[in-house]
Amino acid sequence: MRKAAAKNTAETVIHGIFLLLGLITVGCVLLITIYLIIAGLPAIKEIGLIDFLFNDTWESTSDNPSYGILPFILTSIYGTAGAILLGVPVGFFTAVYLAKFAPPTVKSLVGAAVSLLAGIPSVVYGLVGMIMLVPAVRKLFGLADGASLFAAIIVLAIMILPSIIKVSVTALEAVPKEYEDASLALGATPTETYFRVSVPAAKSGIAAAVVLGVGRAIGEAMAVMMVSGNVANMPELFGSVRFLTTAVASEMAYASGLQRQALFSIALVLFLFILLINATLNFFLKRGKEQGS
Amino acid sequence: MKKTLAMAAALVLSAMTFTACGEKQGVSTDGSTSMSKVIGSLGEAFMEQNSDITFTYNPTGSGTGITAVLEGTCDIGLSSRSLKDEEKQKGLTETVLAYDGIALIVHPDNAVSDLELETVAKIYTGEITNWKEIGGADGEIVLIGREAGSGTRDGFESITDTEDKCAYRQELTSTGDVITTVAGNPNAIGYASLASVEDTVKALSVNGVAPTEATVKDGSYPIQRPFILVTKKDTALSDSAQKFFDYATSSAAHDIITGAGVVPAN
Repeated sequence: MRKAAAKNTAETVIHGIFLLLGLITVGCVLLITIYLIIAGLPAIKEIGLIDFLFNDTWESTSDNPSYGILPFILTSIYGTAGAILLGVPVGFFTAVYLAKFAPPTVKSLVGAAVSLLAGIPSVVYGLVGMIMLVPAVRKLFGLADGASLFAAIIVLAIMILPSIIKVSVTALEAVPKEYEDASLALGATPTETYFRVSVPAAKSGIAAAVVLGVGRAIGEAMAVMMVSGNVANMPELFGSVRFLTTAVASEMAYASGLQRQALFSIALVLFLFILLINATLNFFLKRGKEQGS
Repeated sequence: MKKTLAMAAALVLSAMTFTACGEKQGVSTDGSTSMSKVIGSLGEAFMEQNSDITFTYNPTGSGTGITAVLEGTCDIGLSSRSLKDEEKQKGLTETVLAYDGIALIVHPDNAVSDLELETVAKIYTGEITNWKEIGGADGEIVLIGREAGSGTRDGFESITDTEDKCAYRQELTSTGDVITTVAGNPNAIGYASLASVEDTVKALSVNGVAPTEATVKDGSYPIQRPFILVTKKDTALSDSAQKFFDYATSSAAHDIITGAGVVPAN
């Protein structure tokens, strides 16, 4: 009896410790959320919500400052959409190949390469983009300068590949083998089976992969800062543009007064975007679970 | 089970010791990234002479450095621009440590090697848009600048009188990025600290004066700005910070400041 009681106490203590550690994480999220709201609202109040979100001029350090973040919002949306447009097809077909077609050696080799791609720091993507991609874009399209939304889209498309491939592969591999066997037994070819049976069965997982890619693309700052030119123009494919993330990152170091507060407001807007993306992700994952059971 | 408990206890203990350190004498500086070279060399030399004092430098940017002094999170703030009136009113004071020349840089293949200050302003405001108008090859001029609030940008725009009028193609966030970008584009022109200019780019003369240490010192090179130590007016520095401040502004530091590519103020 005593032994059992001691064991119980130990269990309780350990549960308590784990709970505490879990609460630290929740606490961090809460702290950041509350801080962002407190730090982000004053500038929005002062500038006016409509003017802040829909004015197309950002001149934060001018004598007559203007704080419109529409160019940043549109750039972030276009940039992310472009990256998804380029990255998803490549990532999706790579995932199908890796999960279903690839021989084991190729699979482990490509898998390792994808993991490595995920591990490359974003500043390295930026540096390579700046030294190789930007001049290449300039020469290829005969532009005066290559730093543009287009260059940023290319970099982002490559950066989101690992998340898309890895999550899709996991989803595709989780498709019960019986589904595929049944399809094959009915005379379908492997290709028909994989695209008509496996992919539909894994569609919520693949959707989650895409949403994860969106999250990664919209939140990236360092790499796009080095290839997009960073001028607060309305977005143009071959023009110099500034994203929501880079708007915060590029001016924060030297900002003061209302400019600084407005940067926090941009961060708040970005945070709301990320929340929305997370909610979408949860929706897909939940639906996947319901379908699975 | 005991093992887990012991590990948990060890974790808690180690977390507690983290909060207890920081008693050693130190001097912390925070601010301008443009000043990293000069303040880094000064800090190293200072610590060699005073092994009991720890010197730290946090490269955040002039604005952040000034705020850090105000909030008391560092001893000495570093700014590559003069203090604004609103900042002085908050009880801050400035001491000029050195002068830094801002060099105009172009691609090494560019035929242009000298510009008048007025021409520089016309280029940056978009009045002159092609290199052939000023004696170069036919090609659209690509303006590379720094982000709003940067000390270098502020210095450059105030000297050339182009504040808020510059039609930048790119706004980059570090001197290194500007140099890399200009080195990669034959049509680009940018500005950067004289101390950081490398052989990968060509520095232009302005009004016929080449940007060198000598011309910055005697004032004949027109594009230059101060490097400033920011302190609180009515609060005394800690002993160790005062010691560093005295050292940095003394004549003993001349060689080190010169070695970092900028010109000592006194």
